[in-house]
Amino acid sequence: MAALLDSPRWLGVLMIAPAVLYIVLVVGLPFVLAILYAFSGVTMGSRTIEFVGFKNFISVLETTKFQTSLRNTFVFALIAQVLVMVLGTVLAMALLKDFRGKWLVRLLILLPWVAPISLGTIGWLWILDSTYSVINWTLEALGLIGADGWFMWLGVPYLAMGSVITIHVWRILPLATVILLAGLTSIPHDIHDAAQVDGASFWRHLFQITLPLIRPIMLVAGLFGLVFAFTDMIVIFVLTRGGPYDTTQVLASLAFFTGIQAGDLAEGAAIALFLFPLLLAVAVAFLRVARRAEVT
Amino acid sequence: MAMSPALKRVTARGGHLGLIGLFTVFSAFPFYWMFITTFKRTSDLMKRSNNPFIYNEPPTLENLRVLFFDTLYVRWLGNTLFVGVLVVFVTLLLAVPAGYALARLTGKWGEHLGIGIFLTYLVPSTLLFIPMSRLIGDLGLQDSLWSLVLVYPSFTIPFCTWLLMGFFKAIPRDLEEAAMLDGYSRFGAFVKVVIPISLAGILTAVIFTLTLVMQEFVYALTFITAARNYTVSVGVPTFLVHGDVYFWGSLMAGCFIASVPVAVLYNFFVDRFIAGFTVGAIK
Repeated sequence: MAALLDSPRWLGVLMIAPAVLYIVLVVGLPFVLAILYAFSGVTMGSRTIEFVGFKNFISVLETTKFQTSLRNTFVFALIAQVLVMVLGTVLAMALLKDFRGKWLVRLLILLPWVAPISLGTIGWLWILDSTYSVINWTLEALGLIGADGWFMWLGVPYLAMGSVITIHVWRILPLATVILLAGLTSIPHDIHDAAQVDGASFWRHLFQITLPLIRPIMLVAGLFGLVFAFTDMIVIFVLTRGGPYDTTQVLASLAFFTGIQAGDLAEGAAIALFLFPLLLAVAVAFLRVARRAEVT
Repeated sequence: MAMSPALKRVTARGGHLGLIGLFTVFSAFPFYWMFITTFKRTSDLMKRSNNPFIYNEPPTLENLRVLFFDTLYVRWLGNTLFVGVLVVFVTLLLAVPAGYALARLTGKWGEHLGIGIFLTYLVPSTLLFIPMSRLIGDLGLQDSLWSLVLVYPSFTIPFCTWLLMGFFKAIPRDLEEAAMLDGYSRFGAFVKVVIPISLAGILTAVIFTLTLVMQEFVYALTFITAARNYTVSVGVPTFLVHGDVYFWGSLMAGCFIASVPVAVLYNFFVDRFIAGFTVGAIK
């Protein structure tokens, strides 16, 4: 035993084994089960697993609820993530300069990311309330809408989608911003100075020097953001429950309502499994970025 | 008309501050709004013609009284703390040795394993919660806080292992080698020398674990059914919102109290968090 502890090789194995075992049991096992369930007829009450092939996928694919959710997932995730990347780059560049009270601004900008998301979203539920929305009140006070023209932010299809996208952007923007800021800070000063001496215009400087240099880190921020956007259901669960008429229903929330609330584990698992190809793509992309960073 | 250089500078400066102001308002407004609403009387809130930005009626502490004495809020905070402390314990017990092993002992295969462990952090709860709910049922843990204690390390261990690995890599090897020359075994040197000087890193891992536990929503919503067993992030939105009447004052108080102090604490550690996220992409 003592000899074992002295060999770095075996000590390493012993020290890492418990963590790996825990992850295999608590992430790996359910993951395998998620795949098995999707091909079975399992429900909340049943005790055995009986295989039914692709039946769940076929029956799920046929429902308009699923088709709507699949479309919504892409609309929601892609629009939100494009906005996050553009706004995050703008904000990170603004924060690169020093100014008074920067630490306070940073704290306030980080709030949406570090506060529990379900609680932050309830703040928005109140801001967007159909009867007492402060946004509507302000618009009316400014004379932009009439007393009977108040927007139902969460009750009308396109507005509801716009609202959940906005709140999701609100929540992810801080993370993207600080990651991009870390990237911008790591660019050596003399590169910027050289560009200035050469008289590069602002846009040329931005697109030909700054952005190419932070490309790897933009990829990291973009990939993480995409995973969050595609798999998250908290904002939608709290704000709209997928409504009105499923116009904000996404795969993650549909899997929850089908698998947990309605108790159809097999169909819920089949819906959730549609998230997997995307995760795989992101993981592969992440590994390629990590490898390239190692080589250079 | 061409602008003079001085005027140009002033405009650029104004634009810069305006831009930052706009983003700050967008980010912080909901929290400011929670704070304002906390002290408003319901009769003030429920009159559409009232200016919502000011107190039309005198402020009140009634909403806080309701929140703390007429709801399960305090219990939910307690539940969250209970789960948080236990998850911190499990996480440190497994992630500290694992992080050290990846930093020092395992060489090339450890590097791959490390990336593999980190990637499991990306497997979302929305993919796993369906089989999990059944496993938890089979273990007899449904509606028990222990189900959360069991499951939450599945995302805290990967992240903290990764984070701690970075910390341990930064410690000079000489320190352990000197201790080993003094007669300590490799493991003894780890316990007696490396852990004491890594307390800053371990504290960071503790803070992240606590905030991740506090933020978690999907598993708690899935496993817990009785209101008295909720954690705060699920109790407030599902229980306080689902009544027939919305007690907006108490609701906003509950959100504000549970989010802002944690956020301020977290803010001190966020740079280390980002360093963990971006390992490899920044040199």
